[in-house]
Amino acid sequence: MSAFFAIIRRDLLLVFRRKSEVLTILFFFIIVTSLFPLGIGADSGLLRKIAPGIIWVAALLATILGLSRLFISDYADGTLEQMTLSPTPLVLLVGGKITAHWIVCGLPLVLLAPVIGIQFDLNSETLGTLILALLLGTPILSLIGAIGAALTLGVRGGGVLLSLLVLPLYIPVLIFGAGAVFASSVGLDVSGHFSLLAALLVLSLAFAPWATAASIRIAIE
Amino acid sequence: MLFTGIGFQLKAGEWLHVRGENGVGKTSLLRLLAGLSKPPEGSVDWSGISIEADPTSYRRELFFLGHRDALKDDLTALENVLIASALDGSAVSQDQALSALCRFGLRGRELLPVSCLSAGQKRRVILARLLLRKATLWILDEPFNALDSRAVELLSSLIAEHLASGGMAVLTSHQAIPLPNAKVLSL
Repeated sequence: MSAFFAIIRRDLLLVFRRKSEVLTILFFFIIVTSLFPLGIGADSGLLRKIAPGIIWVAALLATILGLSRLFISDYADGTLEQMTLSPTPLVLLVGGKITAHWIVCGLPLVLLAPVIGIQFDLNSETLGTLILALLLGTPILSLIGAIGAALTLGVRGGGVLLSLLVLPLYIPVLIFGAGAVFASSVGLDVSGHFSLLAALLVLSLAFAPWATAASIRIAIE
Repeated sequence: MLFTGIGFQLKAGEWLHVRGENGVGKTSLLRLLAGLSKPPEGSVDWSGISIEADPTSYRRELFFLGHRDALKDDLTALENVLIASALDGSAVSQDQALSALCRFGLRGRELLPVSCLSAGQKRRVILARLLLRKATLWILDEPFNALDSRAVELLSSLIAEHLASGGMAVLTSHQAIPLPNAKVLSL
């Protein structure tokens, strides 16, 4: 288990040494979500209606931006090779890397969401739902995305392929995540959406690390 | 097909020198031995058991050094060594790591980012990991590359020590290596 925390610490340390990469992703999320209220104007009824979809789509795209750098540098410098040969199970190391990716690319989106939501005139109850939905949904994005990132290792132009591969898989998360926020904004019950998101999270937690580790072994070979 | 009909056995204290021209498949053979790729025919066994059947116990005994250095440019030499050991599940104290780096002549450079080190110095950082990782089998691909004559001597004596204490090694190198109990495999 110490190896799991060691790799999280390492990845966070690397991000800290090269902050620009992560800050780009966060600014992308902030700017994209800010452009819509500016472009559409002060029709608060319309903004409230489109807010869930726009914030979620921006979160998907921001996650995709971060995914391409999840394994690529470890692959290029041979660290991934050493990880597959390590006595520590590769699944554990991969799980650590995915966790670190979520801390860097998912958690900040959750924390920024209330500020973004204010631009769309969301009330406090809906903001709470938005935060909870993102908290459940963004780890799924990191987990599913990691499979795609591992599958496209060593492929030329892998970044675009990665988006094509992963974005369709994000559709359920988008539907239930945005659905929860929308339901809350019109005063409907949100527990169904949350249950489905939680189920997706459990499912991807159970499968994604193993699928990612298997893809990495294929890429290394 | 790069090569066929290769068979050898290493006992404790022996080492194998893989020789051959560029491109005959020395690195491919080493990757097969490490378990990074699978042979289309035949098998690699560790103490009588195929490495595919029981990869974990094999990996515990193995240290593999490939062409790429597996170092993070943004981290210091010390951090690189400490983290690599932690990922292998063998916790190493800071003092142990420092003394290993020191033995490879990196005193005073432990806290420099690896991107500031020369090719030879980077190589020395990896070799410091050899000291810290208690592996029985060392598979080293061109370990003498980019090393100066003092470091070559140091590494040779390190391998000799390793063999004397019952270790095994598989090396590729274009130089002659004056170590006892050598087996030679020419591809």
